[in-house]
Amino acid sequence: MHISEGVLSGPVLVSGIALAAAGTAIGLKKLDVDRIPRAAILSAAFFVASLIHIPIGPSSVHLILNGIVGLLLGWGAFPVILVGLVLQAVLFQFGGITTLGVNTVIMALPAVLGYYLFASLVGRRLRVALPAAFACGAFSVLSGAILVGAALAFTEKHFLKAAALVAGAHVPVMVIEGIITAFCVAFLKKVQPDMLPGKKD
Amino acid sequence: MIQEPFVNDTSPMQRLDPRSRILMATAFAFVVALSDLLSALLPALVVSAVLMVISGLPVRDVLKRLMVVNGFVLFLWLVVPVTFPGTPLFHLGPLTATWEGVLVSARITIKCNAILLVFIALVAVSPVATLGAALARMRVPEKIVLLLLMSYRYIFVMETEYQRLARSASVRGFRPSTSIHTYRTFAYLIGMLFVRASARAERVYAAMLCRGFSGKFHSLRDFSFSKKDGIWAVCMTGALLAIGAAEWMH
Repeated sequence: MHISEGVLSGPVLVSGIALAAAGTAIGLKKLDVDRIPRAAILSAAFFVASLIHIPIGPSSVHLILNGIVGLLLGWGAFPVILVGLVLQAVLFQFGGITTLGVNTVIMALPAVLGYYLFASLVGRRLRVALPAAFACGAFSVLSGAILVGAALAFTEKHFLKAAALVAGAHVPVMVIEGIITAFCVAFLKKVQPDMLPGKKD
Repeated sequence: MIQEPFVNDTSPMQRLDPRSRILMATAFAFVVALSDLLSALLPALVVSAVLMVISGLPVRDVLKRLMVVNGFVLFLWLVVPVTFPGTPLFHLGPLTATWEGVLVSARITIKCNAILLVFIALVAVSPVATLGAALARMRVPEKIVLLLLMSYRYIFVMETEYQRLARSASVRGFRPSTSIHTYRTFAYLIGMLFVRASARAERVYAAMLCRGFSGKFHSLRDFSFSKKDGIWAVCMTGALLAIGAAEWMH
């Protein structure tokens, strides 16, 4: 989920940079140096997982996974997603320099919101945790798509229809992300529950 | 496979200081992203093409890459011309494409590709390891640089790890389709990837501590800003001023 270079207006790009910088600063503050290697290796895992193509009908989608990033890393999602986007820009030329801020916000802000909304529920027993994890995965994609739409609409009011189409196109991805997030949380609860929030005490 | 397709040791760009290349690419990207007149954008496209030629990268590979990356732009071409209000240009069934809509799409296409070409020519020619060291020398916060370099170090490891998991699933007869079983399998594969990443992180961190890691990641790379870099910086600044003047003098 990114916006390419050259699409957005100056004010939108600058707001994106300011928000991303603030979020990254908070994320880095919460991420002590001794937790950076762990965040980096998880970030590498997210990077690889987001390249997996999941079949849907005759086509396929690739995952965004910002819901799980939020659940596992909280505010750490900002620096981790920022770094992931830098790697994507250098390795695949997706995204870019001027849009780095906006694209970070598009994925990381929903991740952090999802963390605050669903982390405590995900820490509970499976009957509560599974629907919460589904909601978290779907919510993160939905709010990312809304942010993409907002960035387009604030750039140029006549982009509104294009913005609505972008958001609409994300509905199937939303459902798949929800399902994947739910199963992934169920798996982690069985195999390594201490990776999930709410189990530390 | 994850690769760095444009890393090229023989490119003349490699002889320039990566710090000044990063700065030049960033300045170019912002000037072009904020310009709107064709009289500024077309010269910018020419500048980007010149840089691409100087970089000596294989033109065919670069064009192939641009095609893939232009997906979002293609989507805008499909939607914007027929939804943008203005003077009608042509009719397509019930839809009317407007002159203004086509112009907006054309401007975005030029901007996007000019910025991408310069980014490939100046930045993507260097491996991430070099870029990370350059960022560290540019006073980017240490934690971000460490995060970037370590993520880069481990994406290739994680990719191998994922391929191993995927291969063992396919050996057991897993064939992806549109089904809940497929989604569950992928979710478990991804979950297992996270579990292994977490276990690996503990081992790696312990090994780093054994080698005396104290929160600082030392890089022995040193960069020098040579006379050649100075000439490049002056030329690039001149080009950017010309583009900016074409945009804002009107």
